[in-house]
Amino acid sequence: MADKYEIIDIQPGDLALKTLEHKRAGYRLGQICAVRTETGYELLYSFIIEYHMVNYKITIEEDTEIVSISDVYPTAMLYENEMKELFGVNIKFINLDYHDKLYRIEEKTPFK
Amino acid sequence: MAKVSKSPWLMHYDASSCNGCDIEVLACLTPVYDIERFGIINTGDPKQADILLITGGVNTQNKAIVEQIYSQMPNPKVVVAVGICACTGGVFKECYNILGGVDQVIPVDIYVPGCAARPESIIDGVVKALDLLEKKNTEMKNKA
Amino acid sequence: MAKRSVIPFGPQHPVLPEPIHLDLVLEDEKVIEAIPSVGFVHRGLEKLIEKRDFNQYQYVIERTCGICSFMHGMSYCETLEKIFDVDIPDRAKYLRTIWAEMSRLHSHLLWLGLLADAFGFESLFMQSWRMREKILDMFEASTGGRVIFSVNKVGGVLKDMGRDMLNSFIETFDDMEESISALSKVFLNDVTVNSRLRGVGVLTREEAVSLGAVGPMMRASGIDIDTRLLGYEAYKDLDLDPVISTECDSYARCQVRIGEIFQSFNLIRQAVAKIPDGEIAVQVKGAPKGEAFNRVEQPRGEAIYYIKANGSMYLDRCRVRTPTFTNLQPLIKTLQGCQYADVPILILTIDPCISCTER
Repeated sequence: MADKYEIIDIQPGDLALKTLEHKRAGYRLGQICAVRTETGYELLYSFIIEYHMVNYKITIEEDTEIVSISDVYPTAMLYENEMKELFGVNIKFINLDYHDKLYRIEEKTPFK
Repeated sequence: MAKVSKSPWLMHYDASSCNGCDIEVLACLTPVYDIERFGIINTGDPKQADILLITGGVNTQNKAIVEQIYSQMPNPKVVVAVGICACTGGVFKECYNILGGVDQVIPVDIYVPGCAARPESIIDGVVKALDLLEKKNTEMKNKA
Repeated sequence: MAKRSVIPFGPQHPVLPEPIHLDLVLEDEKVIEAIPSVGFVHRGLEKLIEKRDFNQYQYVIERTCGICSFMHGMSYCETLEKIFDVDIPDRAKYLRTIWAEMSRLHSHLLWLGLLADAFGFESLFMQSWRMREKILDMFEASTGGRVIFSVNKVGGVLKDMGRDMLNSFIETFDDMEESISALSKVFLNDVTVNSRLRGVGVLTREEAVSLGAVGPMMRASGIDIDTRLLGYEAYKDLDLDPVISTECDSYARCQVRIGEIFQSFNLIRQAVAKIPDGEIAVQVKGAPKGEAFNRVEQPRGEAIYYIKANGSMYLDRCRVRTPTFTNLQPLIKTLQGCQYADVPILILTIDPCISCTER
C-alpha cells in the first residue's frame, strides 16, 4: 500500500512563511485546491521535492482574505484564479489576475 | 455539380469533448479507416469546408465560436454531431457549464451516437452527409 | 524600433485538435509574450460529484480525458482504496499496470503523429497512427472499448486477460518494436525534422523546477524523476529507470517520449512474465470516510488526486490536478522569445490535453 500523504493543519497567517521555506528548500508547487465547507473553505497546498510531498491545510471563513503565493511560485496563478472564479475564495495580489474571466462561465461561483 | 460531393472538404471542431471522439475523428483519417478514400480532405479553414464535424456539447464560452465557424462556411453545408455529448450533452448534460447538444446553437443534420463514437459509425455519418450535401446542392441550384 | 503587434492564436486552429486561445505579442516575427485564455472545454465535471454517487462518478472521471481515460479511472479508484484502506489482489495490480502502460504507448504514438503533422510531415503522421491502431485493437480485444474502457472499479478490475491473450499481445509488441524503431530513426536523425526541433523552446533545469514542469517535459530538462517509482500498483516489482535527456529543447522532449515507448514495451513484458494467478477484485462494502491524496504518472506527467469523503455515498470533493495544468507555465516560458512559426510545435511539445486541464 502506497503512503497516505499526511495533511498538516496550519494557520492562514503561516502560509506565506511556509511557502517561502519550501521555495528556498527547492520544492516545487504540487497543487492548490479549495474544498467548500459549511461556513467557509479549506485550502490545500501541496509542495513536492523529488518523491516527497508535503500538504498543508488552512481553514478559513467565507470572507477571509488570503494573500496569493503567485509571486513565489508563478504556477500558482492558474490555481488561484480557478479558486477565485469557481469557489469565490477571496485572494488578493495574484500576479496575473483574470478577474473571474479564466473559464468565463455564466454561473457565478458554482462551487460556493 | 457532383464535384462537391465527390470531393468534400471536412472540418473538425472540438466544442467541449473529452478528446475521445476527437481522436476517433482523427483516427478516421489515418490508415485502417482512411476516410480520404471518399475524396475527403481534412481542412482547418471553415471558409473552404463543406462538412463540419463537431464533437462535444456546447458551453457558454465556445457558443459564439461554434456559431461563427458555422456562419463562415459556404452554402451548401452539412453539420455532423459526433458522439453523444454533441447530440444531447451526454454524461455532462447536468454540468453547470454545458448548454446541451450542438443543436442548441446551430442546425445539426446528422447525429452520430456513441461514447466514444466508433470510427465505423463516424464514417457512416460522413457518407450520409455526402448524400445530403448533394441534395442540398441540387435544391440550391433549382432555387437560383 | 520593431513594430509590436498582437496576434490571436486559436481556439480553432489547424494544428490544434483541441481549443486553446493564446494572445501572442509579437515584435516582428519574434514572440515577446504569450497570454493563454482557457475555458473552451470547461464543463465543470468536478461539480457532478454532488449528483453521482462514488461508484457512478467513476464513469464521469474516466471522461475527464479520452486519451488517458484509463489512468484517470485507475487513480480515482486508487485514491478511494486508500480511504477504504483495502489492498487489491496482486493480479488486479498487474492488470492495471499492463493497461496503464498500453495507454502510455497509445498516447505517445498519438503525440508523435500530431508532432509530425505540426511540421507538415504527413506520411510520418500516418505511420505513427497506423502503429497506434494495433494498440487500440488490443484494448478492444481485452476491454471492449477503443478509447474509453471502464474496466476499473473500487477494489480491483472488472475484466481479466487470459494467458493466451497476453502472449499474443507480446508477439504483436515484438513486431511493433521493430517498426517503431525504424520510425523513431526518422524523428531522431532526419535533417528536416531536426532543423525544426533542435534548439527550439529551451527550458533549463532550473526553470523546469521553478515553473513546476512535470512528466516528459521535466525529464527532457534533465531531471531524473518518474512518479511511477513511488511503486504504486505493480511498479514496485518492475525494473524501471526514468528516461531523461539533457538537451532541454523540443528535440529532447521527442527523444524522451520515444524512449518511453520502448520502456513501456519492456515494462509490459516484465509484467506479463510476473503476473500471478488469482482473484481480480475484492469486495468493498459501505461508504468512504476520510480524505486522501494520490499521485500517478500519466503519459503527460504526474497527476495528483484528492478526494474528501464524508461517510455517505456522495463524496464531498474530488480534485484532479492534471499534468497539462502545471505544464502551461513552462509553455508560456518557452514561447517567450521564440519565432512565430515555431509556436505550433512548442504548444505540441508539452503534449497538451486541454480537456484534462479545464475539466
